[in-house]
Amino acid sequence: MNAHTPPPVSAGTAPVVALRNVHKSFGPLKVLDGVSFEVARGEVTVLIGRSGSGKSTALRCIDRFETIDSGEIEVCGLRVDNPQLDLRALRLDVGIVFQSYNLFPHLTIEENITLAPHSVKKVPKREAKTLAARVLEQVGLGDKLHAYPEQLSGGQQQRAAIARSLAMQPKVMLFDEVTSALDPELTGEVLKVIEALAADGMTMVMVTHEMGFARGIADQVVFMHRGKVHEAGPADILSSPATPELAQFVGTGL
Amino acid sequence: MGGTLNLNHLLFLGHGALWTIGLSVIALIGGGAAGFLIALCRVSPSRLLRILAATYVQLIQGTPLLVIMFLSFFGLAAIGLNISPLLAAGASMTIFVAAYLGEIWRGCIEAVPKPQWEAAEGLALSRSQRMVKVILPQAIRIATPPTVGFMVQIIKNTSLASVVGFVELTRSGQIINNSLFEPFLIYSIIALVYFSLCYPLSRLSRRLERTALQKKPALA
Repeated sequence: MNAHTPPPVSAGTAPVVALRNVHKSFGPLKVLDGVSFEVARGEVTVLIGRSGSGKSTALRCIDRFETIDSGEIEVCGLRVDNPQLDLRALRLDVGIVFQSYNLFPHLTIEENITLAPHSVKKVPKREAKTLAARVLEQVGLGDKLHAYPEQLSGGQQQRAAIARSLAMQPKVMLFDEVTSALDPELTGEVLKVIEALAADGMTMVMVTHEMGFARGIADQVVFMHRGKVHEAGPADILSSPATPELAQFVGTGL
Repeated sequence: MGGTLNLNHLLFLGHGALWTIGLSVIALIGGGAAGFLIALCRVSPSRLLRILAATYVQLIQGTPLLVIMFLSFFGLAAIGLNISPLLAAGASMTIFVAAYLGEIWRGCIEAVPKPQWEAAEGLALSRSQRMVKVILPQAIRIATPPTVGFMVQIIKNTSLASVVGFVELTRSGQIINNSLFEPFLIYSIIALVYFSLCYPLSRLSRRLERTALQKKPALA
């Protein structure tokens, strides 16, 4: 039943993210059961599936927030499954945005954004501030530099979190259900920012429940079911699913 | 014998009260510094440090402060180490306070939501950068009300230093009472002084707890 088709890979370039036969269990629960997919440079891959299908776990494994039991994960030339991996090197290449924004509440938006470039990449304070202003402009929050996170709406906080991640100039960005905590009216403003990033050629992997959005933005859709990649392919598979499970999933919109 | 309570007695009590405050400050600074290390060890990635710190906390929390006082004063004297009452009291209080503050602060560090750690990790911050720039500033906010509240316990527990001959408030009261035989009056005065030292701290702690729940004023 596994109708996995390899994604289109542009000639001559290695994939930015590659999962090969990844297995992962939480105790007796098999969460990832031989997951493989690749993400080419500049492409948007959307992971969909029911709750518990393993999509969020797969995403978190890419940034080593979860360790895998077997298989290979390669990100920007780094072997993520290597226990000796320099995690900071990985996270310099990978940006991640979470469902709950996770801005640092004791810091202003500007400080949230300048913290990592300044303390990790040693960007001088002034340059980091210029950078913060630029990425905030990019997400439409140019006037919120000195606000604290709690003074912003959920949608604004999530855009600020995206800006914070962008300021590290990652090679690939991961989005873990970034609109799931937002009202429908706030979801739109966040999705617009992500669309603009995609248009700029950012390589992205995202877990989302927004099917309409997925259809519009995905270069590749990966449908996960019971810890396996059940069906994968271009966004068209959402309109004409090959497996009854995907058809049912798209049909119910869950 | 005895006579009546006069100004000299009150001055003597005042002097004792100052030593109660002094010993409390020593306990807070010494116990705070050691407690901070204990808290860091309790959340350390090193299993050995976690076990050592947890053992220390269990050991001290399972021992009465009075016994710690006796041990450090009489016990050390018995093996030939003569230490002054101030040193014995200060060291005992430090040992005692470190175990409790360490445990209170470990709880505060762990109370910072896990996603905050992950967000900091995701930004490639090193463990010490995560701790110093992201976790501790939030933990300190959480820790302030219970720490101020615990200072009340510190002040009250300094009264046990009277058993090693350290002349703080309680001991100075005992000394005066030995000549005046007015226990009800004298211990009432002492109780009042303890209360007036502790009550403002309790109030402050409760107020800090309330303001911690409120939103920060608008700054933007």
